[in-house]
Amino acid sequence: MRARIPVENQDMLAALRGFLQRLLETEVVEAVLVPMETPSGAVTPALVADPALLDAADPLAPVLGLNAARAVGPVTIREPRGRIAAVLRPCEYRALIELVKLQQTSLEDLVTVVVDCPGTYTVPDYQKMRANGGVDRSALLAGMRTGDLASQAGYAFRDACQICENFAAVAGDVRIEFFGADLSEGIPVVLADELAGRLGLEAAPEDGRRAEAVDRITRSRIQARDAVFAEMRGRLEKEGVEGVFAACVRCHNCMTACPICYCKTCLFKSPVMEHEPIQYMAWARRKGAYRLPADTMLFHLTRLNHMVLSCIGCGLCTDACPADLPVGRVFRTVGQQLQAVFEYVPGRSVEEPLPLITFREDEWLEMGEER
Amino acid sequence: MSDNGFEPKIVAFLCNWCTYTGADLAGTSRIQYPPNVRIIRLMCTGSVDPTYVLKALLDGADGVLVGGCHPGDCHYQSGNYKARRRIIALKEILKQAGLEEDRVWLRWISASEGQRFADTVSQMTQYLKEKGPNPMKKEWAV
Ligand code: SF4
Ligand code: SF4
Ligand code: SF4
Ligand code: FES
Repeated sequence: MRARIPVENQDMLAALRGFLQRLLETEVVEAVLVPMETPSGAVTPALVADPALLDAADPLAPVLGLNAARAVGPVTIREPRGRIAAVLRPCEYRALIELVKLQQTSLEDLVTVVVDCPGTYTVPDYQKMRANGGVDRSALLAGMRTGDLASQAGYAFRDACQICENFAAVAGDVRIEFFGADLSEGIPVVLADELAGRLGLEAAPEDGRRAEAVDRITRSRIQARDAVFAEMRGRLEKEGVEGVFAACVRCHNCMTACPICYCKTCLFKSPVMEHEPIQYMAWARRKGAYRLPADTMLFHLTRLNHMVLSCIGCGLCTDACPADLPVGRVFRTVGQQLQAVFEYVPGRSVEEPLPLITFREDEWLEMGEER
Repeated sequence: MSDNGFEPKIVAFLCNWCTYTGADLAGTSRIQYPPNVRIIRLMCTGSVDPTYVLKALLDGADGVLVGGCHPGDCHYQSGNYKARRRIIALKEILKQAGLEEDRVWLRWISASEGQRFADTVSQMTQYLKEKGPNPMKKEWAV
């Protein structure tokens, strides 16, 4: 049902903190995984068991430095475990769904709290904003109400956010809805009747402007997205993947930041990729010169093959790249194409199997039978 | 038909139970096929990671052939169905990435189809001869 989280003195952050505290006090959960502001002002996810410490919770901080789906895995993956709530942005929720299917996390004993997202800044930008006059949150909230959303003057949302068309909370056990909302009556929240009962929340009507605000932002994001796709397709066609990734320094940051790239025994960190010294000589002779470290395009093409179908477009790869390469744009562009081939929408539902572990006997029947 | 003197190098990943046996049959039955193919035997096409195919293509092969049992005949029930999806994904990614997807062939060839194996290798050799060398072979910066 739809209810409202009570708000006092127009303090949205205090209202959300209060809501999370209620989750603990009513023993719905034993801890809350939520972005917290550290004493020095950085924002990081933490698993909070003490309700008093939730005064530092900051689920509205418009910054994304890591995908929290990553953090959920270790605390849910096996029993015994606690009952927890995880506060997530839509791209983090989608990553979580993919990680469930990759068997890296579990939804058991977990209450997902998905919050509408206006877009986020990179960690360095967020720090800069804080140091230079602060982060204007009320402008963001106002923009979420009207659908007329802009980043703070002098700053841009993260590259991925500028083309993110799935920024609204549409799934999750608890959905916190800011888009189109008149917050004077409280913050709209969608949750199961039983949970609402335990938290003492009563049904409230929708104020009807959410769809309009979401539509408006979606339209402009899709426009920006399609322009990026077109530009990236052009580049890939012209320069190839080797052109786009030419300046890669092989730090593997993109892989480390990616919530989907979970393999503890990544091929590229394994002995499989350690070649014999004499082998390098052979390659150098054969090609005349051989790029080192070896296998750079192989790395990117392999990552595309292994996980692009699950790419949920959080763009943390791009933010993590020291060479400023458009990693996320490549993955989203190629991903869109490939996801269409397999009619797969990553992050939508745990019921939809990962395309490469499933199959139908009666598909692509002509493939392999060519004479 | 062109004969430009270029001899393409084909790397073939063949499953042990069907296509490898088929290739073997071609050999023992003295069915002629071009010597351009280097065969790598795997237990099942289901174990062909796209990385192997890519490594071959980036480092010297002009084409890669993946050969396995016909649908329904996989020794491990579903390895070839999964391989089919993986190769479709791989080819699509190569296309998107500005690389030549038609250098990767997937063929179902049973243990008794020695002739089909020989024909496939001949066809592929001819196709790649006409297409020319894999540009990646000379690209040092990949
Ligand atoms: S990618 Fe989308 S959901 Fe994620 S932070 Fe950016 S706008 Fe929000
Ligand atoms: S590839 Fe990049 S955009 Fe896609 S899920 Fe991984 S980090 Fe996010
Ligand atoms: S983060 Fe950038 S430089 Fe590092 S491996 Fe990825 S693409 Fe290359
Ligand atoms: S055993 Fe031949 S394809 Fe699986």
